[in-house]
Amino acid sequence: MENTITQIVYLISAVLFVSGIKQLSSPATARKGNARASLAMLLAIVVTLLDNQILDWTTVAAAVVAGAAIGGVLARYIQMTAMPQLVAIFNGFGGGASAAVAAAEFVRAGAGGQSPGVDVGVTIVLSTLIGAVTFSGSLIAFGKLQGIVTGKPVTFPLQKSFNALLFLLTLLVGASLAHAAVGDSVAPLVGMSGPEISGPFFLALVVAALILGVLLVIPIGGADMPVVVSLLNSYSGIAAATTGFVLNNYILIIAGSLVGAAGLILTQLMCKAMNRSLGNVAFGAFGTEGPTAKVKAGQRPVRDVDAEQAAMVLAYAGSVAVVPGYGLAVAQAQHELKKVCDLLEDRGVTVRFGVHPVAGRMPGHMNVLLAEADVSYDKLLDLDDINAEFDTTDVVLIVGANDVVNPAARDPESVIAGMPILDVDKARTVIVMKRSLSPGFAGIDNDLFYMDNTLMFFGDAKDQMTELVREVREA
Amino acid sequence: MGELLILLYIFVLATLAGREVISKVPPTLHTPLMSGANAISGIAIIGALVVTGSADELWVKVLGTAGIVMATINVVGGFMVTDRMLQMFRKR
Repeated sequence: MENTITQIVYLISAVLFVSGIKQLSSPATARKGNARASLAMLLAIVVTLLDNQILDWTTVAAAVVAGAAIGGVLARYIQMTAMPQLVAIFNGFGGGASAAVAAAEFVRAGAGGQSPGVDVGVTIVLSTLIGAVTFSGSLIAFGKLQGIVTGKPVTFPLQKSFNALLFLLTLLVGASLAHAAVGDSVAPLVGMSGPEISGPFFLALVVAALILGVLLVIPIGGADMPVVVSLLNSYSGIAAATTGFVLNNYILIIAGSLVGAAGLILTQLMCKAMNRSLGNVAFGAFGTEGPTAKVKAGQRPVRDVDAEQAAMVLAYAGSVAVVPGYGLAVAQAQHELKKVCDLLEDRGVTVRFGVHPVAGRMPGHMNVLLAEADVSYDKLLDLDDINAEFDTTDVVLIVGANDVVNPAARDPESVIAGMPILDVDKARTVIVMKRSLSPGFAGIDNDLFYMDNTLMFFGDAKDQMTELVREVREA
Repeated sequence: MGELLILLYIFVLATLAGREVISKVPPTLHTPLMSGANAISGIAIIGALVVTGSADELWVKVLGTAGIVMATINVVGGFMVTDRMLQMFRKR
């Protein structure tokens, strides 16, 4: 970090990162912001390559080309509906890279024959720990979103105690590595002397951190994924920042902490949108409480309609509000939905979309889907704005959403009490497009389905939406 | 401790700057902001380049190279997919 020119270029790069992120928070400038941030990255990479004595260009170049090819292909060909898992896996790679760098530094410090100072030791341990947790946690999140790992919360007896124990053990191992005095007193317990522990203990640290990452994500259920994905995003930033401490590198710290802050803000927003604390999401394993949560559906009468009837109601309305949920993403029915909306607008119906902050599997999931289907973003209203309009809305069309429109949230006794919901029941008519009456993620029945002004339109969202396109056209 | 303190100052101030800059992001941009930020967390590539470039031991090189590959996937993939997404966000 001695070269002045390198430092100045890093400073320019830091300014570009901050202003790029700033631009990313407004729709009009977001694309420029992303370009600016990537320019900042490019500058930092180029100046790093020039400043450092690269002994082995072949290896470095091959690694960069391989990474760029994999990343580029994934980014280019991934389906927009698979966005949550892509973000999760990229996150994992970010965390994994930080851990790998910290591990390499650890090996190098050991090879020099001298133990690193306490400050370096602590930062290496922290950066390995956070990076490895991010890596394995993100892989599990990816698996859950991709459907490889069950989306349901996975729990086992004494899970919390086990996690706490493992975490304490990880800290003890970390402390032994970071501080020779701690190491010297712990080493005899495993039949070694102080200096001998470094290799095996470091491996133990990595393994324990990887297990910890798995255990932290595995008990979290599908609908809580927006919180987890943004939290892991924050971790990957913090991991990069701690690596910056290891290497004494300012740009790593600045860029890493920017990402850490962004992830934390999103995490807080998501928790607020579910009226739950972070601790409750992380340790609650929501919806597994057993018998009380399982209500038998279908015992009360509902009014169901077919595509023709639904089309009539929609076509002769003055205003329609569409409420999309995860079911829309699963059925990949966004393009058909857009066609229905276009046909309605051609008839003079006002169409708008009400998007709940936690609808889907990552923050902003519905917005991405609708943008892909070419829906103008100014028609997407957030919670407060659309709630002010349901009173004067003729028809609400709910596509694959459940808990976020459940009036039970207003009942202080309910498990979802206090969660901000879309007040769709205030509209004149509600059409619910859903596969069955089965409860949503929270595991509770939805009174909305049984109301007098609710029409149930059962079936797969894509098939039903295709039908609807035809019927609305003929209406 | 002097150097470590400076690093700590930078960390805290950059975190605060991040909070200020992002606090008012509209829900429409939650995903692009997340994936853009995600790409930025690939800044670990700088560390991986420094470590690998000067590696004189096999394990350092192996770990460093793995770091470069992972970080590059994160950076290139992250910025590209964010751009692809933002391209779709249009007002008509």
